[in-house]
Amino acid sequence: MSANSMTPQELLLPVRSGFILLTLVLALLANLLPWSGWTAWLAPDFVALLVLYWCIHEPRKFGFLTAWLLGLMMDIADGSLFGQHALAYVILAYAGTFLHRRVQRFSMAPQILHVIPLLLFTDLVVLLVRALAGADFPGLPYFLGSFVGAALWPPLTHLLKLPQRPRPDPDRV
Amino acid sequence: MEHTPPPLFRTGPTPLTRLLILSTLSLMLLVADARFNYITLLRQATAVVLYPLQRLATAPAAIGRRISEFFVTHGALREDNQQLAARNLELAREAQQARALQQENAHLRGLLGARERAGMPALAAEILYAARDPFARKVMIDQGIQGGIEAGRPVVDHVGVIGQVTRVYPWLSEVTLITDKGHLVPVMNLRTGLRAVLAGTGDEGRLELRFIPLAADFQTGDQLVTSGIDGVYPPGLPVAEITHVERNTAYLFANIQCKPLAGAHNHAQVLVLGPMPEKPERPAENDGTAQKKRKKGG
Repeated sequence: MSANSMTPQELLLPVRSGFILLTLVLALLANLLPWSGWTAWLAPDFVALLVLYWCIHEPRKFGFLTAWLLGLMMDIADGSLFGQHALAYVILAYAGTFLHRRVQRFSMAPQILHVIPLLLFTDLVVLLVRALAGADFPGLPYFLGSFVGAALWPPLTHLLKLPQRPRPDPDRV
Repeated sequence: MEHTPPPLFRTGPTPLTRLLILSTLSLMLLVADARFNYITLLRQATAVVLYPLQRLATAPAAIGRRISEFFVTHGALREDNQQLAARNLELAREAQQARALQQENAHLRGLLGARERAGMPALAAEILYAARDPFARKVMIDQGIQGGIEAGRPVVDHVGVIGQVTRVYPWLSEVTLITDKGHLVPVMNLRTGLRAVLAGTGDEGRLELRFIPLAADFQTGDQLVTSGIDGVYPPGLPVAEITHVERNTAYLFANIQCKPLAGAHNHAQVLVLGPMPEKPERPAENDGTAQKKRKKGG
């Protein structure tokens, strides 16, 4: 990467834990929406996306245990094997925490290039677990959601940083 | 003696340690769930936490449906009404015939000394959403333990069999569809009375009849109904229609493709049927080694 792909860092207000919790609940809600037909293939795993986001941007506030519990909830909601999403999210959280200093330095496009393989890897973990339990490969559209999720990364980053941006001081011109 | 100084900041275990601990826990849960079904209680506790979210997420669709119901035009309603009246007439005729047949049947059965086939209690439920799991075909319905549902109950819509309840939570249950890979339904060919096993393929709208000899009398268009020998599905429920029969003498068995009659994707309302009337005990096996667990249809 050339030096100009890096962005100057902006100063942000500290994030509130309540806000993190709210976004996670909203992500769970989004995952529980009755997706059907082709939208079910396109719909990204919002919880995985949020786990990755908070691990990269607030690794001190967002613990592995939260990711793990979220995974358990997704397993119940999907009626899948108990623990498959938990395992995938914990690995994702580790990868996100491991890479957070690196990813934060990049601008949006290279960040997406980091997000795509991480989300694909999460899919792969779930696929591996299910394959060991005797399921068939559901076809390549299985991976589509990760690309859609990565495409949502820039607007998501912008949206989630909004409450952290300091308000402009009305007394200053 | 050499020892490291205490850390300046307390940060707890390193990320790698946490990863290893939680991964091990996940793997243990996975094995416990896949092999031994140990964690029903844990599942149900998590399900209770999740329940409000599940209802909240499916609420917009329900509200949307109600709004669109409100704006149905007068013409559409009249047309609907006409169709329903015609259908009602047809059904009334069939019902009258059925009553006569039922009486005749009861009489004959009484003559034969056979036990009366009990009418089944049924519980109406609504499909909340289809599970996102791409590896399985499952839907969630809005009745659970509180509604008296147990695992193993058959689920039907007004056309035919949809599937079977496989897991129950306090207010929800999980229905595995007949198209799920590995789901088996014992069926009978309505035309010939031949019995067979219908297996799901994992594809929506495709089922196959397994282990049918090449010479067996199955034709395209034959209707398949449940045979009832598994003790899960009551006999006589429509399941599928044969769409394609291929007899290749290179193989031992015929390749018979079917399509399900009922579809979980086009109706929100389903019926959960009551338990099957108790069957007589199986005759005891002669040697103790042959005592196998009875496998359910799922």
